[in-house]
Amino acid sequence: MSGEAGGRGPRTPADLPETTTHCPYCALQCSTELSGGPGRVGVRPSPDFPVNRGGLCQKGWTAPALLGTPGRLLTPLVRGADGVLAPASWDDALDLVAGRLRRTRERYGADAVAVFGGGGLTNEKAYTLGKFARVALGTSRIDYNGRFCMSSAAAATLAAFGLDRGLPFPVTDLDDSDVVLLAGANPAETMPPLMRHLERADLVVVDPRRTRTAERAALHLQPVPGSDLALALGLLHLAVTEGLVDKEYVDARTTGFEAAWESCAAWWPERVEAVTGVPVADMRRAVRMLAGARRAHVLTGRGAEQHSKGSDTVAAFIGLALALGLPGRAGSGFGTLTGQGNGQGGREMGQKADQLPGYRSLTDPADRAHVASVWGVDPDALPGPGPSAYELLDSLGTPEGPRALLVFGSNPAVSAPRAAHVTERLSALDLLVVADFVPSETAALADVVLPVAQWAEEEGTLTGLEGRVLRRRAHLSPPPGVRTDLELLHALAVRLGQPPERFPVRPREVFDELRRASAGAPADYSGISYARLDAGEALHWPCPAVPGGDHPGTPRAFLDRFAHPDGRARFAAVEHRPPAREPDAGFPLYGTTGRVLAQYQSGAQTRRVPELAEAAPEAFVEVHPDTARRLGLADGALAEVESVHGSTRARVRVTRTAREDTVFVPFHYPGAARANLFTGDALDPRSRMPEFKVSAVRVTPVGERS
Amino acid sequence: MSGVLIVGGGPAAHRLAERLVRHGHGGGITVIGAEPRAPYHRALLGSVLDGSLGSERLALPALPGPVRLLTGVRVTGVDRALRTVRTADGRELPYDTLVLATGARARVPAVPGLTDRHGRLAEGVRLLRAAADCRPLSEGPVVVVGGGTRGVEAALALRRAGHEVVLAHPAAHPMDRHLDAAGGAVVAQWLAERGVTLRLGRRATEYAPGKVVLDDGEVLAAGTVLVCAGTVPNTRLARAAGLPVGDGVLVDARLRTADPHVHAIGDCAEQDGTPGATVLGAWEQADTLARILTGEDTVHRAGRHALRPRLPGRDLVVLPPGRDGAEGDRTVTLRDPARGRYARLVLREGRIRHGVVAGSARAVAAVTLLHARDAPVPADLLALLTGADGTYTGGGEPPEDTLVCHCNNVTRKTLKDAWHGGARDAAALAAATRATTGCGSCGPVVRELCAALGRPADPAEGGTR
Repeated sequence: MSGEAGGRGPRTPADLPETTTHCPYCALQCSTELSGGPGRVGVRPSPDFPVNRGGLCQKGWTAPALLGTPGRLLTPLVRGADGVLAPASWDDALDLVAGRLRRTRERYGADAVAVFGGGGLTNEKAYTLGKFARVALGTSRIDYNGRFCMSSAAAATLAAFGLDRGLPFPVTDLDDSDVVLLAGANPAETMPPLMRHLERADLVVVDPRRTRTAERAALHLQPVPGSDLALALGLLHLAVTEGLVDKEYVDARTTGFEAAWESCAAWWPERVEAVTGVPVADMRRAVRMLAGARRAHVLTGRGAEQHSKGSDTVAAFIGLALALGLPGRAGSGFGTLTGQGNGQGGREMGQKADQLPGYRSLTDPADRAHVASVWGVDPDALPGPGPSAYELLDSLGTPEGPRALLVFGSNPAVSAPRAAHVTERLSALDLLVVADFVPSETAALADVVLPVAQWAEEEGTLTGLEGRVLRRRAHLSPPPGVRTDLELLHALAVRLGQPPERFPVRPREVFDELRRASAGAPADYSGISYARLDAGEALHWPCPAVPGGDHPGTPRAFLDRFAHPDGRARFAAVEHRPPAREPDAGFPLYGTTGRVLAQYQSGAQTRRVPELAEAAPEAFVEVHPDTARRLGLADGALAEVESVHGSTRARVRVTRTAREDTVFVPFHYPGAARANLFTGDALDPRSRMPEFKVSAVRVTPVGERS
Repeated sequence: MSGVLIVGGGPAAHRLAERLVRHGHGGGITVIGAEPRAPYHRALLGSVLDGSLGSERLALPALPGPVRLLTGVRVTGVDRALRTVRTADGRELPYDTLVLATGARARVPAVPGLTDRHGRLAEGVRLLRAAADCRPLSEGPVVVVGGGTRGVEAALALRRAGHEVVLAHPAAHPMDRHLDAAGGAVVAQWLAERGVTLRLGRRATEYAPGKVVLDDGEVLAAGTVLVCAGTVPNTRLARAAGLPVGDGVLVDARLRTADPHVHAIGDCAEQDGTPGATVLGAWEQADTLARILTGEDTVHRAGRHALRPRLPGRDLVVLPPGRDGAEGDRTVTLRDPARGRYARLVLREGRIRHGVVAGSARAVAAVTLLHARDAPVPADLLALLTGADGTYTGGGEPPEDTLVCHCNNVTRKTLKDAWHGGARDAAALAAATRATTGCGSCGPVVRELCAALGRPADPAEGGTR
């Protein structure tokens, strides 16, 4: 076992036993064993970890290439008068940032400085970032890229169950499931080792594309993009009319069924078919499969969630699961597949615009008082809730908006919707500071770039998709010139006048503080310690500190009661509506965006890994053969995918897995190939999730240019 | 903002009142329904009839607070000069804007015995128009009179509920208003398969409690007669008020009658020569009218709604006919009577103008969507009409560059090279190539490839040594 970062002496390979840690990428957090010294780090999947069970996808196998990636940021960069980013010392860079932040705040107020975080940051970093924003900067303007990822599921599950934990059961429960409905999730490509847990179950896959997951399905429902909510309402309607509702469960454990029925009564299956294109017979079969299974699960993913009605769509799928009596029943359940590495922990630790650590609320006086006492500040000094991620980005550099922005663990120039506009807003700032370990597209716009440590060089915890807290362990020391995010935030906080002890740099100290901050909160970590985790305990939150012993954690939430005061889950009455913009004569196709196996998120990391770049080198647009022929699009030629918001350039890939009315572009690529150049700014009214999954587009061939 | 009075308590009236509130209508909104219960889903009556839905589940969501709802109140007259309506219970209610949403009533054919001399239904005679019509039936077989869409749906619903059912229909095949002989034959076949006794080309000539007499003299035992002979728009109020009436109350593109203060929507209205509307069409009219009455300058364009009878386990769609036989139309027909499938599409410029699809669930769904969106049909029409997914790929040895392990981007060639390099079992191949270490689904393929490579004379592998 290696120690914590902070001992800076170089290690030799002989000093290095294998280090058990987790993959740097998605929320599955496959356990891996790292070996070898700098420049020669090897990785293998841990054989026994229950989540990946010896599995690893190409991203995980090639992750060590990130450690020595060419172009790695190894020194702070400051944009000079000539407009060029040039190397600078840490002291100069930090002095400059702190000075300009202070002046901006003095002149324009605390909210003129904003922070944008990420769902890949460790719990310790996410926690410290939120604290830094609210205490050291005093700003309400903090949100993070998880808003683009988990916010719809979070809003819906919180409303339904009183608690937002992606999977409220261990992922291994899926092994024994008979039927799993995956709504807008494509784990075969986005988190392949998860499929090891879905070998036994008959899969019902809801996806407009025939993905690799859909190919494994017993039943594939292929709805028109933007119609998942109608489909979910239709399935609930059928559960009622087919007599498949678990009445005893609904009576004993839920409220709101009657209102939910009223909201789906108008969605009889033949009407749903005309909206979704899903055959009535397939809907009936899906409901019967789920209801007839001894154990069944309903899981949602980004495909159902990234819409201007994403939280209502998740609510409707929860309604289906509740009607069938699945949530909170041993061996069955409802869950959502978290996306980013610390997508779960990242949304609990207080970098979200409206939340304090542990899911405490920024508007609840008792919650504010508790966290303020842990932080040693006056509760009244804590700012209130701020705007959501897209609204924050949209306001940058405007008269009412922030003039300075600090970005940690995110690349919004590629990953935010309406990316050209967001890039423009980022460029309009007086000061953009980006902390990263690779020169991302956002870093390229920055005034100051601060080089930070990465996964295998740092200690901390992440919380995986099943609510289990996991230890990230350092295998190497960060290269000279590189600091950890915690060190960076400490140095800035001190320069902004904070007492040094308020911003610890050792992850273990931060964790012990966040335990206190989350004690008694919904996401209670107070009974979890590095010592327990390092001893190999599997601890799922909530895990409160209990006198005279250790709480075992909560692998399965809701078995006895849901987290609402009355212990009951809530059905929601929701209404289907079309996406913000439906195709029309000018923009006749649906454009949808998503992922490929060999790239991760904005691609800032994975595009630098040669094997991954070779496997998935550039943006493509999937087009059905009939549509390609009609539009004069040749397989392998370049095309423009254009909406009212902008235009993306991608290579045509003619495939029958696409619907005739839909094209698909992955969003991992930079520059003119950014899929988000055509996505728009419609937001879910509750979760503020952008509508990544459906735009109205036209596709045209790009003429050959010499 | 003016006061809106809506006459009628059905889904169209409900939707209009709800949307007026949503769009911020400032004045009073009153809904007057003749039925005793609050507005409910008429479209779900079949589910009540077959027992899959309790009658209490029909209720539409309660109307929002500002709406005044009067149930069990019949409107007897309209005074357009005074802008008031009179009710049977003696009230006189003023309006600024009147909306007629009076719906349609079931047509009762002139068969002796069905009604008494006051026009009331005789004992044992049932319609299928209102929630009250779904109360339990008396003992004995049910004779359904009329084999149109409602008659077919009702006959099958009654079979699901376990009744003995005879369907008598004067035309040679069911749903003859919508289907040609081949399509009608498919529906007749479905009815027969589900145990409905058919009397086609036969007309009821007399009813007496317990029996129905057909025009060829056959006497059918009948515990109940269910009359499904179509509907008639309720236009009496409009006619009495001097408003122009065709089959329905005539309205313009703004859903307005000849009197600018009076509108009509739903089954009682007639726009562009078409009386009545499906419930979805009625809801669209209500949406449009709510926007018009709250100040938006817009007109109503009817959506392309298909007729999709609710026949659980059997799929049928009738796409509304346009002008027939125009130049440039192309007709595609598929007949497969043995499997109960039939399709006939009329295409123009690669889009569906009208047609019918019966028997294939996938084809019905696909064609319905293409028609609703006026989208181009796929190149492979046969696959469309048979419901095949059109993705058949031939067998044989996959090419060398075929990905075997998608999770780790490993091709057949890489695996073969590793095998020849000494990795002779699945575990060794995994160690050498990472194949099988992602989702694990390629394990069988890798093992199979390994075994095939181990067989020396396998001709499929001959060229690669």
